[in-house]
Amino acid sequence: MIVPNRENLRRLAGDQWQKLRRQFDDLEALRRRLDYQTYLLAACALIASLLLGIGDLATQGAIARRQAEDLRATLGQVLPPALYDNDVLSNPKLISSAGEATGFDPTEVYLAKKDGEVTAAAFKVLASGGYAGPLTLMLGVDRDGHILGVRVIAHAETPGLGDKVETAKSDWILKFTGRSLDNTSPQGWRVKKDGGDFDQFAGATITPRAVVGGVQGGLKFFERHRQALLAATD
Amino acid sequence: MSESILKLAKEGLWSNNIVFSQSIALCPLLAVTGTATNGLGMGLATTAVLMACNALISHGRELIPPEIRIPVFVVLIAMIVTLVDMAMNAWLHELHKVLGLFIPLIVTNCAILGRAEAYASRKPPAYALVDGLMMGLGFTLALVVLGAAREIAGSGTLFANASQLLGQSFAWLDTQVIPEYRGFLLMALPPGGFLMLGFILAGKKILDKRLAQRPIKATAIERSLAENI
Repeated sequence: MIVPNRENLRRLAGDQWQKLRRQFDDLEALRRRLDYQTYLLAACALIASLLLGIGDLATQGAIARRQAEDLRATLGQVLPPALYDNDVLSNPKLISSAGEATGFDPTEVYLAKKDGEVTAAAFKVLASGGYAGPLTLMLGVDRDGHILGVRVIAHAETPGLGDKVETAKSDWILKFTGRSLDNTSPQGWRVKKDGGDFDQFAGATITPRAVVGGVQGGLKFFERHRQALLAATD
Repeated sequence: MSESILKLAKEGLWSNNIVFSQSIALCPLLAVTGTATNGLGMGLATTAVLMACNALISHGRELIPPEIRIPVFVVLIAMIVTLVDMAMNAWLHELHKVLGLFIPLIVTNCAILGRAEAYASRKPPAYALVDGLMMGLGFTLALVVLGAAREIAGSGTLFANASQLLGQSFAWLDTQVIPEYRGFLLMALPPGGFLMLGFILAGKKILDKRLAQRPIKATAIERSLAENI
């Protein structure tokens, strides 16, 4: 059996290191070598991936906290605080195979509870058919299926026209409050231009039409899963 | 060094301005300049990325062979932009909500690759850093000027929502320039950006021409500046 001689090994490593160092003395020649270029590109990619990994680890906690804060702020707008005493965010109920109704699969339903009883639910709806892609809505519904509030969380509609769906620009979206599938007929769930109950904007019909359709779809989704949602317990 | 700082500042802000003279990086320019505030935020983020990229690439310029410089630059720029995006999302979340969509767009900003190629890969790090700062400030200037012009023409306000970007202490920036203004939608849309950019470029050309017609006076000023330094 060969016993590795420490002194020899060290000398060997030192020689190799000197050889490597000497190659860097003549950068001009080194830079032209194909193997050097390959290693350099690989090293750059490796270092970049490493730094990105570290960056992700350093920021993911803070990003998740910020997003939870955003979600909490939106939920606070569509669910009146008087209705619940639980932590709505903590335990969302996942409803699967609801993709065709809300645009999400599974749909996360946040349940508001008071004294252990479900008083209201909030969930996101993807309203398709916007002028520039789908709009993401947050819908708050009480246990009888009446709307407590609707907010647009994300959209790419035209500034100055379609963006009146934001509460910052117009109070149009507040008109949904109190509506339900019972007190508004299927014919009513349209914009006025199509013979329904809801105003369109001057110069923009497509965006309100998409939002009205999305809200109606969300209510239908709630109606279908109402029994299961109201019976939910921790 | 101080003389060349002056030269770099003059080039970045005016004579070799990314937008007004080189006419590059127009995609992010037109996308974000609906308001002056958005322009300012995007400009500052781009300046930070430009400085970091220039410094990094200038440090490694001896090691990077010309044959593979483009892929190396692209990897480094993409890395820095992604890091800035993540850091902003985590620690400057309000600003990220306003600009978030546009931060990844910085990767496609050809001005950054352009400065890496034309300047940082040939000059020592200190110079490259100053060049990045000045070019970035020039870009910010272009974004703010265009954003302000479009905002005033489009909605009659200036620096709307500045407090969201800079904090409550800058809320005074938010002004209503034209009261009871009914809005001019075209200016808020990308075509308005093109139109306004055209007017501004024409204005700069006229100004440059006027300055060139007074060569004696101009050189006299420059000479006295140089002597002072």
